[in-house]
Amino acid sequence: MSMSASAVSGGRGAAIVLPIVGWVAKFVGVVLVIATFNFILVHAAPGDPVQVIASQSGAADAKLLAQLRAEYGLDKPYPVQLAIYLKRVVTLDLGYSYRQQRPVRALIAERLPATLLLTATAFLIALTAGVVLGVLAGVRAGRWSDTLLTIVSLLLYAMPVFWLGLMLVLLFSVKLDWLPAFGYVTIGVEMSPLQRLGDIAAHLVLPATSLAAVYLAIYARLTRSSVIEVMHQDFIKTARSKGLTQGNIIARHILRNAILPVVTVAGMQAGALVGGAVVIETVFAWPGLGRLIYDAVLQRDYPVMLGIFLVMSVIVIVLNLITDAIYRLIDPRVALRAAS
Amino acid sequence: MDTLKAFLRHPTGMIGLVILVAVLALAAAAPVLFPDSPWDMVGAPFQPPLSEGLLLGSDMLGRDVAAGIAYGARVSLMIGIAATLAAVLIGVVIGAVAGYFGDKVDDAMMRLTELFQTIPGFILAILLVATLGPTLTHVVVAIGAVSWPPVARLTRAEFLRLRGREFVQAAVCQGQPPLVVVLRHILPNALSPIIVTGSLTIATSILIESALSFMGLGDPNLMSWGFMIGASRTVIRQAWWMSVFPGIAILLTVLAINLVGEGLNDTLNPRVARKVRAA
Repeated sequence: MSMSASAVSGGRGAAIVLPIVGWVAKFVGVVLVIATFNFILVHAAPGDPVQVIASQSGAADAKLLAQLRAEYGLDKPYPVQLAIYLKRVVTLDLGYSYRQQRPVRALIAERLPATLLLTATAFLIALTAGVVLGVLAGVRAGRWSDTLLTIVSLLLYAMPVFWLGLMLVLLFSVKLDWLPAFGYVTIGVEMSPLQRLGDIAAHLVLPATSLAAVYLAIYARLTRSSVIEVMHQDFIKTARSKGLTQGNIIARHILRNAILPVVTVAGMQAGALVGGAVVIETVFAWPGLGRLIYDAVLQRDYPVMLGIFLVMSVIVIVLNLITDAIYRLIDPRVALRAAS
Repeated sequence: MDTLKAFLRHPTGMIGLVILVAVLALAAAAPVLFPDSPWDMVGAPFQPPLSEGLLLGSDMLGRDVAAGIAYGARVSLMIGIAATLAAVLIGVVIGAVAGYFGDKVDDAMMRLTELFQTIPGFILAILLVATLGPTLTHVVVAIGAVSWPPVARLTRAEFLRLRGREFVQAAVCQGQPPLVVVLRHILPNALSPIIVTGSLTIATSILIESALSFMGLGDPNLMSWGFMIGASRTVIRQAWWMSVFPGIAILLTVLAINLVGEGLNDTLNPRVARKVRAA
């Protein structure tokens, strides 16, 4: 959004180049600020920073502490320490988990795919189902299905995401026994690759739906109100008088205009979506970064917590870039304005 | 008075107000209704709802679920309101500075706000509470620290709008210092949208608090709804009531606050409300 503003001026080809420059600048900026923030947090924590980095683990003997102190340059002034830390982050060195006796980068790399699968699925469910339901409600504004949407979304706004997840488990796993409640894949069963894929998909249904639900409601209501707004504009009347069918008008004229605010809001809410994934993974024992940070919090494993915060922030920026790209695809005026 | 009358005629706003008053009454009456501490064992564990003396059943340790909900109401409301006050304070200061001074200051402040809106707020809250330690104050600080950006954006927009108005310019020309201009002339005129956003922030703060306590990051001395759900989620197959009732309590409270907030919005900002309805 801010990128599109910065891309207004410039010559031909700037439509592509300028946003990329903006994206890279934003990306680097956010990463540096978060790394700095992490640094401050470690020093603000009660106790010796070395103890914090070693996470007060039993293994933190005097020798290790001395070694850490030298490694992080903790005897040097703060700016030098910060520079050392930033250099480590830039080279993708996220530190070492003394609790788990493994580098943080390896721990995160192992868990990242599950989190990406969960958030991407939830994001897609929320966007597609939200827009479809919103269009249906907008076209039938005032009827019972429209009222139903309003009531359901009010309830979803007020529901803690972890509780919704538990209630879905109660209904679809405990009572109906339709879907698995916990984990990522059934353990201890021989499966063909295709069966395995189906098994993972079955495990994904409940967590992805719980995570998507509230955003689905938000996007549906947004789409609904912009559909109603667009429907009363002159160009829709023109299309109708040209003899276009209702389906054609919705697909070609209403949808394109109604979807833009949804994309903008979806980008703004990427951070909340990723935060929700942390809680949902805890509920469903989904083996992603959320579970990892939950365990890290219980053990006060700071290097892991800080590393995940950094990586999750990067995921949010990437989601922002994706929504920005979608916006450009749908609304050619953004690109045109940039090129002229 | 007119505002009050308009609110009383707002149907969904009134529904919200009635639920909210009931929750407040429950919170106030908790020590009378349940003289024992909510942490005390009052019966056999795993008693289903409507067992003897246990309206909503007991949990794994024989604690009264109903007592937990009553005392949890106090914690949720207290943290929701305190965290919102913190968020409004930070947001108004940053938004006011940005909107009043404009230009480069505005630029810097808005970049900061945008950054806080980009990073996953809930994870930041987890980090803050885990680092500082899980106490009531730290939970409030953490929620406040991640909830201020919408307030800041709104305050900035209002200040930008009011900054150029004649009565503000007149005050500036009289040589009144910036702080006086802001506090006496701009802020009072920007108050009603801030109040509306603030009331909705209480709802989101309660949701964040419940998620933090669900993850085991609440104050361990305070019985809270999120803690009750988090502690009993592993036994949900045998004992649904331990997770269902505290969740309904959160749902009703947050719903009530949202309805009151929307009602306030319609009555305090009637112009905006009419525009929305026309759309």
